[in-house]
Amino acid sequence: MITGSIAAIGAGLAAIGAGLGIGKIGGSAMDGIARQPEAASKIQTAMLIAAAFVEAVALFAVVVALMGNG
Amino acid sequence: MDCSHVFDFKVKRLIVVFTLFLAFFSVTAPALAQVDTLQAAENSHSEPEGKEKFDIGKFALHHIADSHSWHVIGEYYIQLPVFLYTSNGLVSFSSADFLYDDEAKVVVEKGGQRFVKMHEKIYYASATPNEHGQYVQLDEKHHALNARPLDLSVTKNVCTLLISIVIILAVFLNVASGYKKRKGKSPKGLQSWMEPIILFVRDDIAKPNLGHKYERFMPYLLTVFFFIWFNNMLGLVPFLPGGANLTGNIAVTMILATATFLLTVFNGNKYYWKHIFAPDVPKLMWIVMIPVEIVGIFTKPIALMIRLFANITAGHILVLSLICLIFVFNSLYIAPISVAFAVFIGAIELLVAFIQAFIFTILSALFIGMAIEEHH
Repeated sequence: MITGSIAAIGAGLAAIGAGLGIGKIGGSAMDGIARQPEAASKIQTAMLIAAAFVEAVALFAVVVALMGNG
Repeated sequence: MDCSHVFDFKVKRLIVVFTLFLAFFSVTAPALAQVDTLQAAENSHSEPEGKEKFDIGKFALHHIADSHSWHVIGEYYIQLPVFLYTSNGLVSFSSADFLYDDEAKVVVEKGGQRFVKMHEKIYYASATPNEHGQYVQLDEKHHALNARPLDLSVTKNVCTLLISIVIILAVFLNVASGYKKRKGKSPKGLQSWMEPIILFVRDDIAKPNLGHKYERFMPYLLTVFFFIWFNNMLGLVPFLPGGANLTGNIAVTMILATATFLLTVFNGNKYYWKHIFAPDVPKLMWIVMIPVEIVGIFTKPIALMIRLFANITAGHILVLSLICLIFVFNSLYIAPISVAFAVFIGAIELLVAFIQAFIFTILSALFIGMAIEEHH
């Protein structure tokens, strides 16, 4: 018998989405840096900002899961 | 030259005052007989259900929450002062009066009123205890129903805030006096350590996002950046000066996000407001666009607030959960693995501490930059 909050499943699903998103951002940034190494610092900054937006979605899920458990 | 002496003196005085303040609510060991009997009673109560599983969630949430006492080591706690704004005015006492009770079993009488502490929240005590000896009314979910006074206590988070203020003042007054002393010369000591970071904030955060008006917002951006960074780092220190979860407290991040929100709103120029209330789209689209843009004003700072809060809280929970694995499996052989993982996550958290400060600052700069951008 499995017990626990269904919020955990939601958090897991959100983690999948965020993982795909951040993976794509990171991969594209790598491509960009490989083609134009001199633009590396600019690409990194843009990458971090984009990653922060994606990550926020996953963190909303964490907060919702915590509230669901509380 | 003279100024730097004044600064040094002020910082030292600040440190002395703060040390005295902490010493006043000095470290106490639970040597009180009453406490022992209380704990013994609690232990005998919990023993029959001793096979209950170790609850990671409860443990982790307890450790990241704010608290009226500060755990030093082993059985030693710093009992912090309690200030309550009640219906009869301000009441203050030391949280040691609660005798380490956190289940509303010990009543403190002050100023003609009776208080109990339950799960680090202070309630007005009920006249009679319930069947568990708790002086509160509980609902079916074990949440207290009693009224609460306005709690203005100096808690663990407030103390950390004061400590971080002292640290930041000490660092930056030192750096500032260094610039006065060695005007036009190369930096030295702490100054040469801080200078690249300050320049990083100016060149990589402020200038690209704010354009030529960046100088007006530099004080705010630098303050936010270093406040968040220093407090993230303090939160990672597991023992006394650190250990509190200040930037993982949603009230703190809310105030930081509110500052960004107010700066954005009050610095917004006519192009910014026109973009919101009269966008360049067919008039029929306004029905959709204007509400969305208005909601957008508020979602930006709310996302800032939740991002910082959730990142730091998640990091703390992760480290605590990894350490808890030892107690969940109840085996010493798990210890090396869980400690190794905790150290690994700790190293990542060092990076996250910096990245989150950077993200908060650059997004603040971005939002302010959007508000002050001139029309082209």
